Amino acid sequence: MPGFLLKRILQSLVLLLIVSVIGFVVLNLLPGGPLAQFGLDSSITQADLDRLREQLGLNRPLYVQYLDWAWRLLQGDWGHSFRDGAPVLEVIARHLWATFLLMGSSTIIAVSIGAWIGIRSATHRGSTFDYAATVGAMIALSIPTFWFGLVGIYVFSLKLGWLPAGNMYTIGDETVLDYLHHLILPSIVLALVHVAIWSRYMRSATLDVMNQDFVKTARAKGLSERRILMKHVVGNALLPMVTLAGIQLPSVLTGALVTETVFTWPGMGRLFLDSLGYSDYPVVMGLLMFSAILVIASNLIADIAVALIDPRIRLA
Amino acid sequence: MTSATLSQPIRERWWRSRTTRRFITNKLAMFGLGMIVLLVLACILAPHLLPYGSLDIDLRARFAPPFTGYHFFGTDPLGRDVAARLFEAGRISLAVGFSAMLLSTIIGTLVGVIAGYRGGWIGSVLMRTVDGFLSFPSIFLVLALAAALQPSAMMITIVIAATSWMEVARIVDAEVRSLREREFVQAGRMLGLSGAHIMFREILPNALGPIIVAATLTVARAILMEAYISFLGYGIQPPLPSWGNMLNGAQQYLGSAPWLAIIPGAAITIAVASFNFIGDGLRDAFDVRSDGH
Repeated sequence: MPGFLLKRILQSLVLLLIVSVIGFVVLNLLPGGPLAQFGLDSSITQADLDRLREQLGLNRPLYVQYLDWAWRLLQGDWGHSFRDGAPVLEVIARHLWATFLLMGSSTIIAVSIGAWIGIRSATHRGSTFDYAATVGAMIALSIPTFWFGLVGIYVFSLKLGWLPAGNMYTIGDETVLDYLHHLILPSIVLALVHVAIWSRYMRSATLDVMNQDFVKTARAKGLSERRILMKHVVGNALLPMVTLAGIQLPSVLTGALVTETVFTWPGMGRLFLDSLGYSDYPVVMGLLMFSAILVIASNLIADIAVALIDPRIRLA
Repeated sequence: MTSATLSQPIRERWWRSRTTRRFITNKLAMFGLGMIVLLVLACILAPHLLPYGSLDIDLRARFAPPFTGYHFFGTDPLGRDVAARLFEAGRISLAVGFSAMLLSTIIGTLVGVIAGYRGGWIGSVLMRTVDGFLSFPSIFLVLALAAALQPSAMMITIVIAATSWMEVARIVDAEVRSLREREFVQAGRMLGLSGAHIMFREILPNALGPIIVAATLTVARAILMEAYISFLGYGIQPPLPSWGNMLNGAQQYLGSAPWLAIIPGAAITIAVASFNFIGDGLRDAFDVRSDGH
């Protein structure tokens, strides 16, 4: 286990290094590079820009600039937002929990419905349900999230008037119930694609487990199919899903960005687009790096969690 | 010459192969193929057949609902014909999807072949770079790049390709890795064939199935990605229509003119689903094991 842990942490650090190089390249591709913020101000002349370039060390070789940038990233100095001068990490932190709330509730929906569909498809292999679930998953994966959101707003907000069309809460009525009311539609919209993905993986994981010897043994002991399923199959089939949760994170974040835009949800995705619109590049870069670090960290945590649960990995 | 006899001893005619038979008996895949053919034909022919151009403004006919009057799919806030725009947009969206697929498949194949065949530290660096790109939520990277560069159809294609080549690279790397110690490759080495020859002429043809499957699914994802970024305003720029940017202003008219949102979204879904159906059918036909990742 310590060997596995060490190896996995080392891999993540290498990945972090590579991600930071990609981020640095993107930073230098942005118009005006790291000086873009001053290019927007008409009172700043070319001479000022040249002096700034000198002062900020942008005339140094690129690898020196990279090391400097990465070092400050490590120390938590992610720069300041052009819009309100607040430290980038603080701006991100302000929007973090709205995104986590949305992602959390949509993951609960996606996992529970996806697991149910997947298990049922596996136990009723080749049935109409299985076929419908397969085709349905492929169609769900093809629907643009924002369009599904628009259709949802049209039906449930504009036509039926059941659910709010956007925002996280009603101003002046910030109760838990009000938050939940606003959470329903965006969570379902974000969950759609992931219900499809989870159901596919759950189906194949369940089929894998059902073909294992210990399930045959359980059957030979005369246990009922239902008991075998609940006691022996589902738990073992859910285990690889922990890894999947980590792998799925980039796609959930992508979906969250689009969903937040459609529902004017004040999370990280919304922040990213607003910052892009204002050419607030420090925040854009910050979110880019933050999301990648989040992904690397959650993959690491998922792998460690699986290792802790599964003795086969722990002892290997 | 020698290579052909080494790697492919006897070759069936492809149209009589088991793979082809399995593909054409797959109902869903054939449905997808049919839809794509229809869509492509419609996008090629419609601008010549429809009485309105995609940019013809007619302020007296603003917000005409679909299936009424002269405008089959209705009109937009400027009175432009939605049908004409939809098929014009289809040309652009499908072209971006196809070109991004071609480009990303080329990049992915190159990276995968080199990483898989060379191995060692070059292979490690290349494949860790793949992991690095996969750590970013694709849309964050695409939007940051699209905002940084001049938005044109070509640039959007390049940006999408630059962020979607990793899947193919992983598949090709794994295939090449499993093949590079096989006898026919060693025979090639003993014959003194160059590394490039062995990589691309001897090994690569054996990985064609998985590459074709991944490429088909990449078209689907590229069309979706173009729709996402154009919807958000960083993709194809108006007045040039794309399926994504037709939806860009649709939200504010959702109550009064829902067809502005529904019609282009349905077109995207049909196109993407069709490519997914085809890709899935090809996967079954080539008997590519889906390893779950």
